[in-house]
Amino acid sequence: MSDVASGVANVPAREALSQPGAAAVVRLAAPWLALAVAFAILPAIFTSGSALTMLSLMGIMIVFALSYNMLLGETGLLSFGHAVYYGLGGFLAVHAMNTIIHDRLPIPLPLIPLVGGFSGLLFGIIFGSVSTRRAGTAFAMISLGLGELVASSSLILRGFFGGEEGVSTNRTKLLHVFGLNFGPQIQVYYLIAGWCLLCMIAMYALTRTPFGRMCNAVRENPERAQFVGYNPRMVRFIAFSLAGLFAGIAGALAAVNFELVNSSEVGAGQSGLVLLAAYIGGIGSFIGPVIGAVLVTWLEVMLSDVTDVWQLYFGLLFIGMVMFAPNGIAGLIMMHAPLWQARAYRPMLRLALVYLVALAPALVLLAGLILFTEMTYHLSVKATEGTTISVFHIAVDAASAKSWAAAAILIAGGFWLFRMTWPVVGAAWHEAFAQARGAGSVK
Amino acid sequence: MLELVTISTLNGVLYGMLLFLMASGLTLIFSMMGVLNFAHASFYMLGAFFGFQISQIVGFWPAFFIAPVLVGGIGALVERYGLRHVHRHGPVAELLFTFGLAFVIEEVVQMIWGKAPVDYRVPALLDFSAFTAFSTNYPAYKMFELLTAIAIFAVLLAVLTRTRVGLIIQASLTHSHMVAMLGHNVPRVFMLVFGVGTGLAAVAGVIAGPALVTQSNMAGLLGPILFVIVVVGGLGSLAGAFLASLLIGLVQTFAVSINLSVADVLGGIGVAPPAGGPLFDLWNVTVAQIAPIIPYLLLVLILIFRPTGLMGTREH
Repeated sequence: MSDVASGVANVPAREALSQPGAAAVVRLAAPWLALAVAFAILPAIFTSGSALTMLSLMGIMIVFALSYNMLLGETGLLSFGHAVYYGLGGFLAVHAMNTIIHDRLPIPLPLIPLVGGFSGLLFGIIFGSVSTRRAGTAFAMISLGLGELVASSSLILRGFFGGEEGVSTNRTKLLHVFGLNFGPQIQVYYLIAGWCLLCMIAMYALTRTPFGRMCNAVRENPERAQFVGYNPRMVRFIAFSLAGLFAGIAGALAAVNFELVNSSEVGAGQSGLVLLAAYIGGIGSFIGPVIGAVLVTWLEVMLSDVTDVWQLYFGLLFIGMVMFAPNGIAGLIMMHAPLWQARAYRPMLRLALVYLVALAPALVLLAGLILFTEMTYHLSVKATEGTTISVFHIAVDAASAKSWAAAAILIAGGFWLFRMTWPVVGAAWHEAFAQARGAGSVK
Repeated sequence: MLELVTISTLNGVLYGMLLFLMASGLTLIFSMMGVLNFAHASFYMLGAFFGFQISQIVGFWPAFFIAPVLVGGIGALVERYGLRHVHRHGPVAELLFTFGLAFVIEEVVQMIWGKAPVDYRVPALLDFSAFTAFSTNYPAYKMFELLTAIAIFAVLLAVLTRTRVGLIIQASLTHSHMVAMLGHNVPRVFMLVFGVGTGLAAVAGVIAGPALVTQSNMAGLLGPILFVIVVVGGLGSLAGAFLASLLIGLVQTFAVSINLSVADVLGGIGVAPPAGGPLFDLWNVTVAQIAPIIPYLLLVLILIFRPTGLMGTREH
């Protein structure tokens, strides 16, 4: 199921490996060079301070979500407690920074993520030795229990976790190299971008090794993996520890970025967020969690500005993805890959037009649902602040029957029209594939 | 000392029975459909809030019956229109669906009732002390909770083992294809079990709500403990869930009444614990303070020494 998507994406890379020479190296390195250039010029395009902060958060989340996907996507281990390694990596990084500042050790800031990585690896080995004895549902429940264990302990061991307010540090007080003091956010962004690129390459390379393949085998059929001579428990254990390593790096990057780590970083909220990010993006391909991390970070920052109930929309989006698009956004995009490869541009254009037509009633439906939700929320929680609210910059009186009628009409009408477009979209889809097949390039 | 033991035992058994009200539904749903319902504690929370809201209008006793039926109905609808469609995407998708559901239910509850606790009170009829043990007044409401939980346990046991419906449910647990071939509507049995399971969780919510705090975080607080119970008991084992519920109920209740730390013990035998260091709290934390993490420590111990759980038989 999930290998279809990654298989399609990886064909060029595999061909490149088999043919030696400079051309192969270029083809292998080109996407990463392009990514490096993109990382380098992004701050020049999005120049505002808030955009830079968001880009930094995205970089951290990409590493975290990809490390999570080493478990869920690659090895089939559903974890509800991945923030443990992220958070503990962050805490140890902060303590390391404070020790370095206190003892004036000659260690510069860019090396701090290594501390986080090693602590993530260490705790991954400790907890992994217990939890990877089981797979499937039992593993999921154990990861949840271990997550709660660490989260509850973080409120008890106040000396190490700093209690409610957490542990803070000052990133500018470490040894300066090349005149960088990491005071301005732009320097921190480049530090995060550099580590992000490094981790992405490392995690991608890992999926291409025999070990990465064994992870997939253990995910698909542990019994057969055992028959070819691999111990599924050992494969799960190694994958789990390595996922802890990269989560720890992400946690340390977050510690450097915020100069503060508190106990919520190891908690269930953070674990849930990374699960949402990876799944919404798509766990079936390498690019999926990257898309998810970027989207979820953006939504988190943007939505929490506009509405108080943003987490509800978030949860509904997640349920929608689980029900209708289990391969995530990347999966939806990959569905069209055969058309692209067949160079069937004209059918693709027509399909895109049909999508646009279907999008209009869907947006109407969405607007109705949002209006309904916001009015309910306002009347039940914020009734004392008057009944007028602003939805999409339009003043709406939540107490009048007219507003509720409008919401009902938008929902019912939008759904009815949206439902009518489904057969049209389906027909356009089949026609596009039929035409591409007619051209002879899609099997 | 005897007083402490008596009262703690009573409270522990009560807590354990409440946990079992939820764990039993969770276990039945899991062994039948292979879905561990992550949102189970959310239905317990819905039960408490529905109980509160309905008792505001018609009083506690009608609410005691109406709220679980309503929540059970919602549970059945979730199975019919949500879970059944996700089933074809496999067990991970099903677990994720219920995870998203738990997330959404918590947000909806916050949206309607806010984040602060609601004023859900013990009904006046039961607001007196049942008996005085030593010097402690034991509230009648707690006795009511205990009796309700035991009564439901007895009814559940009788239905599962002595009635035709119970036989069909038991048969569908292991041989769902055969049951379907005999002409029973297995998907409807699934829906029924899901509805009853979530309804049982709601009963626990309705009766626990006034005694505990009815707040939007109550599902998040209880959910993980519930999953510890089903793993410690052995996934899919009803007897194991019963044992684990009582065990965790008793252990947690006793732990909160013990005010002893490692430093006290060391001091008792004349050894001074190390002062300072990042982990110095470890020496001064009392057993009462670590009560919330004891279930999780138990989980780790069980996994090391008996990975299939207390009564578990096979690997899932």
